[in-house]
Amino acid sequence: MNANPSLNGAHPYNDPGSDEPLLQVRSLSKLYGSRIGCTNVEFDLWPGEVLAIVGESGSGKTTLLNCISTRLVPTAGGVRYRMRDGRMRELFGLEEAERRFLMRTDWGFVHQNPADGLRMSVSAGANVGERLMAVGERNYGQIRKTAGDWLSRVEIEMDRIDDQPRAFSGGMRQRLQIARNLVTSPRLVFMDEPTGGLDVSVQARLLDLLRGLVTDLGLAAIIVTHDLAVARLLSHRMIVMKDGKVIETGLTDRVLDDPQAPYTQLLVSSILQV
Amino acid sequence: MPKRLIVSDVSKSFTMHLRGGVVLPVIGRADFSLESGKCFVLGGPSGAGKSSILKMLYGNYACNSGQILVVTDNGMIDLVTAKPREILRIRKETIGYVSQFLSVVPRVSTMDIVSEPLIERGYFRDDAHARASALLEHLNLPRYLWDLPPATFSGGEQQRVNIARGFITDHPILLLDEPTASLDAANREVVISLIEQKKRSGVALLGIFHDEEVRSRVADQIIDVSAFAPQATVA
Amino acid sequence: MTMQTPELATYNFAYLDEQTKRMIRRAILKAIAIPGYQVPFASREMPMPYGWGTGGVQVTASIIGPQDILKVIDQGSDDTTNAVSIRKFFEKTAKVRTTTHTADATIIQTRHRIPEEALKANQTLVYQVPIPEPLRFLEPRETETRKMHALEEYGLMHVKLYEDIATHGHIATTYAYPVKVEGRYVMDPSPTPKFDNPKMHLSPALQLFGAGREKRIYAIPPFTNVVSLDFEDHPFEVQKFHQPCAICAAEDVYLDEVILDDKGNRMFVCSDTDHCEERQAQGFRGVQAGGVAQ
Repeated sequence: MNANPSLNGAHPYNDPGSDEPLLQVRSLSKLYGSRIGCTNVEFDLWPGEVLAIVGESGSGKTTLLNCISTRLVPTAGGVRYRMRDGRMRELFGLEEAERRFLMRTDWGFVHQNPADGLRMSVSAGANVGERLMAVGERNYGQIRKTAGDWLSRVEIEMDRIDDQPRAFSGGMRQRLQIARNLVTSPRLVFMDEPTGGLDVSVQARLLDLLRGLVTDLGLAAIIVTHDLAVARLLSHRMIVMKDGKVIETGLTDRVLDDPQAPYTQLLVSSILQV
Repeated sequence: MPKRLIVSDVSKSFTMHLRGGVVLPVIGRADFSLESGKCFVLGGPSGAGKSSILKMLYGNYACNSGQILVVTDNGMIDLVTAKPREILRIRKETIGYVSQFLSVVPRVSTMDIVSEPLIERGYFRDDAHARASALLEHLNLPRYLWDLPPATFSGGEQQRVNIARGFITDHPILLLDEPTASLDAANREVVISLIEQKKRSGVALLGIFHDEEVRSRVADQIIDVSAFAPQATVA
Repeated sequence: MTMQTPELATYNFAYLDEQTKRMIRRAILKAIAIPGYQVPFASREMPMPYGWGTGGVQVTASIIGPQDILKVIDQGSDDTTNAVSIRKFFEKTAKVRTTTHTADATIIQTRHRIPEEALKANQTLVYQVPIPEPLRFLEPRETETRKMHALEEYGLMHVKLYEDIATHGHIATTYAYPVKVEGRYVMDPSPTPKFDNPKMHLSPALQLFGAGREKRIYAIPPFTNVVSLDFEDHPFEVQKFHQPCAICAAEDVYLDEVILDDKGNRMFVCSDTDHCEERQAQGFRGVQAGGVAQ
């Protein structure tokens, strides 16, 4: 795909509107009874920026992701999002219809288990085309063509377009899930351990693909991962979480190369060197 | 010559929480500045903190105190207190970095690795590839390697890919971390000529060169890092 | 309401007790007020198994009066077991007159067909519905399908049609073909052939749908827009038959295939038996009935 001047507008720092954040998280807490899911989280996300949330299992990173993406209602705090018309809106103040519309047009959500994000008994083409039909596309030929284009972008052969994802390998399913999410040109994509459960070689291919798509499309993304290598490869900034609290935040390479908090130092020093 | 970057009173230490919180001072009271069209070279024995200084200038390392002022299109910015977003913008627009090692991304071809910094800045793919080709040609990297990912290349070949990627942009400040480390004599010459070109076009350079000959040919001034030794501050 | 003979316990008029009928009438009124919307109701146990028309029977029992004339069809036929039993059920419990003539009936209870003869105002068509939820094919969660109806999120319906075209090259759904009612609710017209879909559009008759097991009632009031879903480049089409009815020579009607022997001989005849008989009475003859092939 050729970079061209009009596309550059989508790039984070060339975008004249990008001085305003896309997403603002303020004092966000989620309690499960008296147990803490996550507590007092604050950050801003700008257009085109990739943020990694890292931490061990149980650190609250998935709870945080689910709260931000409105899949869970937080106990306290709020999340504001800049809509396509440029206005900042409090997500938990939106009508359900608005919120659902946002989720299937302007947002994507890539689940760790592709079966959670795909319709397993519907063909690959229809999985990708569903969002288009949901926003009113009514031309079969056009839907199929767009679906085919997206399948090729995620490196799925055209002759698999009518196959159901249950006939796909884990890596292909994950790539299909990504295509299904990106077809409506979302501005923000949430990913929950997108490479979890995949073989190392399949992971590498997926990471490379994600990296390319994120840069080409100027996507903003929030990626939850316990894999620091994934964070380093994909993200600009990262948040380190432990016991539901933010331990450290900053530029990804600075957090990894010069970690300040004791827990981050432990996390970084625990990486196996190959 | 106009100053592009001013380091004043910068100090850096590491706190090793995993070893009982022991504090390792690395740099104390660093003071120097970079100028357009000149190549400054960090000198001093190994372990004196040369790499740490480069990393602080690029934002990889946090500083404990002091100021690192950078002249950007948006005015003067202090890297020590800059927000992550500002540092990313500075890396994109103002400060380039040629590291010692290539961080290899699986499956990405040499051509794409080298031209990526231009494409990120909005160049057309064809134009970016043309500039990348010229550089790779100049660095004598065999043409049949251009479409391959550099993971399996020799150390010298990887280093040249890295150099091409670092030199392809028009950053007004360029940091060089041993760019000639694993190169043969002919390619060292090429790198020296690339540095000369950057100087002529007004780029402010700061490098680490262990190779005595290269250092003496490119350096306009040597900054002795041992002068910034932390003991001086402790004492 | 009906005559009670002192020595023999008998049924309330049309089997259901009056409270139940009121409850069902309230559901029907709500369904008429919101065309295409599935209204939940407290479906009763009926003296027949689920799947035999318990929903349709409850709707009919709630709207029928002593002066009504009832017709019951099953796949277009008045004399199959299901049609005969339901007709007898109302003859016995409501003592109403019954008929097989579409034009004479005030209430027509149907399983999977709409009569060929155009319906008139003051007629009510009661459909027996097995699965009322058109989104069920792709979305098994009831909570989710309700939300989708509420928010008019109907992209999923087209996913089903997309799958048809991708697999068969055309929309291969031939029955229970989804429609949009009055520009708002997507509705399953019960397993009628899509051939009958255009008959629902702007029909002067009231159309009521009852699903007994699923406990839902929905309706299309008279003169309501009913549009079959489709794609711009794959527009909705009804089935076409390449020959007229073998008995009455009718064209543009829905035909059933009848196997004649074990040598592969077969004929196509009207699915609507009443319509076929009317035409025969008027002197129309198909090839099997001694008429001349056209």
